[in-house]
Amino acid sequence: MIKRKLHFSAWQIILASVFVTFSTLSVYGQDAATSDGEPAAPVEAAGSGNAAAGEALFKANCASCHKLYKKAVGPALHEVSQKYDREWLYKWISNSAALIASGDAQAIAVYNEYNQTAMNAFPQLSNVDIDNILAYTDTPKPAPAAAVAGATGDVQSGGASDNTLNSIVLAALALILVLLVALLFVVNSTLKRFADANGIQTDFEDEKEVRRPLWKAFAENQFLVLVSAVFLLLASAYFAYGALMSVGVDQGYAPVQPIHYSHRIHAGANEIECKYCHSSARESKHSGIPSLNVCMNCHKSIGEVADATYQEGMTEYGIDYNKEIEKLYAATGWDSDEQAFTGETQPVRWVRIHNLPDLAYFNHAQHVTAGNIACQQCHGPVEEMEVMYQYSPLTMGWCINCHRETNVDLANNGYYEKIHEELSKQRGGKQLTIADLGGLECGKCHY
Amino acid sequence: MNRYFQTFIYAFASLVIVSCGGDSNAVDAKSDRSVQYFPNMYESVGYETYQEGDIFEGNVEAQLPVEGTVNRGWLPYEYANSNEGYASAKADLKNPLPYTEENLASGQELYNIYCAICHGTKGDGKGHLVKTEKILGVPSYADRDISQGSIYHVMYWGINYMGSYASQTSIEERWQIAHHVDALTRDLKGQDVQEFVTVEDVTSLDTHTEGHVVEEHSVEMHNEDSHDGDHDSQEENHSSTEGE
Repeated sequence: MIKRKLHFSAWQIILASVFVTFSTLSVYGQDAATSDGEPAAPVEAAGSGNAAAGEALFKANCASCHKLYKKAVGPALHEVSQKYDREWLYKWISNSAALIASGDAQAIAVYNEYNQTAMNAFPQLSNVDIDNILAYTDTPKPAPAAAVAGATGDVQSGGASDNTLNSIVLAALALILVLLVALLFVVNSTLKRFADANGIQTDFEDEKEVRRPLWKAFAENQFLVLVSAVFLLLASAYFAYGALMSVGVDQGYAPVQPIHYSHRIHAGANEIECKYCHSSARESKHSGIPSLNVCMNCHKSIGEVADATYQEGMTEYGIDYNKEIEKLYAATGWDSDEQAFTGETQPVRWVRIHNLPDLAYFNHAQHVTAGNIACQQCHGPVEEMEVMYQYSPLTMGWCINCHRETNVDLANNGYYEKIHEELSKQRGGKQLTIADLGGLECGKCHY
Repeated sequence: MNRYFQTFIYAFASLVIVSCGGDSNAVDAKSDRSVQYFPNMYESVGYETYQEGDIFEGNVEAQLPVEGTVNRGWLPYEYANSNEGYASAKADLKNPLPYTEENLASGQELYNIYCAICHGTKGDGKGHLVKTEKILGVPSYADRDISQGSIYHVMYWGINYMGSYASQTSIEERWQIAHHVDALTRDLKGQDVQEFVTVEDVTSLDTHTEGHVVEEHSVEMHNEDSHDGDHDSQEENHSSTEGE
């Protein structure tokens, strides 16, 4: 009776402790999820213009060449109204070329300082608009230490403590387990003492009969031996088959790349077309690893990721995206302070993922342009991949299967029109697959 | 003691089995390639694209062509990357491709790949990257005084923060895009829609994009075309390193 009672309480303790730890875990998880980094709203400046309207105008018209606190194509515009006369700024913004042509010394100086880059004329901006923009550029710089850290610090600490919290909980669980084991030993010995005191026999070893060892009994039963031998052979054949079939198949291969490039951000969140970067997939055998000038098309102006993206990278993937952009700048020799290339470049040793053996021929253009096949059909949900991996097995069986099942896409595809007509006549008018066009011929891919 | 030992062994074994299970949500990601059988048939003897090779500068197989190399159909671009070059391209450079439905359609397709991400599918400067404030200050074509020549010039050299697209597109493709940008600009500015050049006008010069059309419409229209010239030589400008 005592024993049963004790048993129950031990289980109750285990269950209760597990329940408590899990519920605290989920509560902490929610805490981390709900805190959010909100950038401080721009404060209305005391000047003449409306800073909020100015911000919209600035982002729509000026931000392609100007940043607030950093030199870009043009100068940094923070507090530019204090550097120049307002009337002069009106003239300069509405038509800088005319001002330069009129021989204004200040205009020519600015023009020459920035490598004679012509600033677009903005005749559509009225003086009121310009006042608004200047009000926005005069907005005091938000203190980075106080405001930004206050807003985003929570998230970071929440994320960092997530891991430590986990290990604390695990340690606590382990401690509880150890305590339970100790408790059981204590209970056991106490019960034994009780039994001894009451004169109940607890040691049964004397009565133990001499038994045949288990392995001897097993060896003497021929049927059992046969069955287990067959089972063993089947099992080893199964595993051997699996191992042999994976020879030369790199499905799931996800090497660490020298620069962490997230397809999830670029192709997923930013909705950039695959062919924007892999432009040669349209017209060449190879899909092309984009040369770095393609990266710099956007990353000249995007030197840092947005705050939310940064936090996501740190907490979810442990990657500092800004450092990865720095690596790109180092490779291309881009000096983001001077906004110029230094000329010192460094090739990036990307690790190739998809690699057909030399004995097989594959052509991207044939599939992408002529066949009109979506990239994802072979490469999988690339727009969700933080780390790129090989989605398809790329085995011959996989190729052949698709060639058998895929109908030739004839819509707007003059290339196949005639051959399709002829072949359809021969085959009784049915839809043609790639296999019907010779997609199973050995020499199509092996030569 | 023996019994305790047995219990311990069982507990340990079950622990090992359970811990081998792994994370069921994780993709089966490997950081190493699997074994190759007969690697002689896998690894190319010749240099493969993007392979490392110690005879090359920096071990990079992907080298730029020797200076002065031109690929088939290449044409020199004579307008310099300067304000003057921009101005003269804007004034003088004309689109050699006829304004046909096909050219416009491929121009639109290419525009949606390369340009729309910032300039927006309508050309109003409200592409996805602008809406999400990743890239700012992209103008609407309606606010700009542009010609097809200046459009081409900017695609070729880039301007300010917009990079050059010469490495991603061929000469012919850029002119197709120029047609589409021009059509968008007209649309935004509320100008008249340009009439398509009929197929008969262009059969003789559009030989490579519309090969089957040429066969159907006889070559007797050859004399009528007024756009002849450099067009034929523009086919197959497919280098991905051009202009860089």
